[in-house]
Amino acid sequence: MLIEILLFGLLLVIAVVIMRLENLFAAAMLFSIFSLLSAGLFTLFDAVDVAFTEAAVGAGISTVLILGTLALTSEREYQSGFKPLPVIVVAATGAALLYGTADMPNYGDPQAPIHQHVAPEYVEGTKTKVGMPNIVTAVLASYRGYDTYGETMVIFTAGLGVLLLLGGPRREQDVEPAAEGDA
Amino acid sequence: MSGKKPMKMAELMILRIGAKFLIPFILLFALYVQFHGDFGPGGGFQAGVIFAAGLILYGLIFGLDAMKRAIPARAMEIGMAVGVLLYGGTGVLTLLLGGNFLAYDVLDSHSPMHGQHYGIIAVEAGVGIAVTCTMTTLYYMFAGRGQS
Repeated sequence: MLIEILLFGLLLVIAVVIMRLENLFAAAMLFSIFSLLSAGLFTLFDAVDVAFTEAAVGAGISTVLILGTLALTSEREYQSGFKPLPVIVVAATGAALLYGTADMPNYGDPQAPIHQHVAPEYVEGTKTKVGMPNIVTAVLASYRGYDTYGETMVIFTAGLGVLLLLGGPRREQDVEPAAEGDA
Repeated sequence: MSGKKPMKMAELMILRIGAKFLIPFILLFALYVQFHGDFGPGGGFQAGVIFAAGLILYGLIFGLDAMKRAIPARAMEIGMAVGVLLYGGTGVLTLLLGGNFLAYDVLDSHSPMHGQHYGIIAVEAGVGIAVTCTMTTLYYMFAGRGQS
């Protein structure tokens, strides 16, 4: 319990520091630490697959991509004055989320709706029908194969979108790969 | 990446040797995460991201041109589609064998459980290839932008 409170407290501190920072490189690195601490929290909540993804994507790849973007733009944040509307929107959203969590079942409650619907069948079927120890992989790749296919398509579409938006000038300046038969 | 300093990171001995030492292990770990996803945490997505991180580390240290010589941008673009097609193709194969789309039981005529294993390995490989190639392409796009 103590370590969860400590990690949540650190997340809060980092979030406030990021908000007040003007140096975007420092903010990018703090975002990376934020993701790493979140991954630690997910591990404490026994969600190791989620923690793995958070550590690899949040702390790893997205930090590199943000740094790559910062190299193209500016290191300093553009300072605009105090605007009340974003503060109101964020405060209202946060209050609504806090209000919503009051109705949520307790952490680990076996009577929670999510543990009543299809989850028992997945837990049982992973052993008898799919036959592998990691239930998360069985759910992702087999029971929810459609969803994961959709997610793969999303990643593909994202890559395609970036390729179409940023890929144009690269073709002209890039002589070597173009010589190998560029369409 | 082209910051304001044109100094190459490959000229720094600790970075160069550290990266050369680490990259094979990162790639090997990615393959472990890919193929051990049935038994422990991880799977195609995480493995793809870790593999791409290893490749991008090479690019960060030795420069974009060296990275593009080792891993052609065109191959990564094709790989994005290959990964998705491998996933979808597994679904089409189960359809042709008389099952539902992505119902892997029919992939092995003797044991549905083996069919599940083959199917999951195939689609996880598809996810891994698609994610590796997409992440590397994203890096190429963002890092290549600043070179002009």
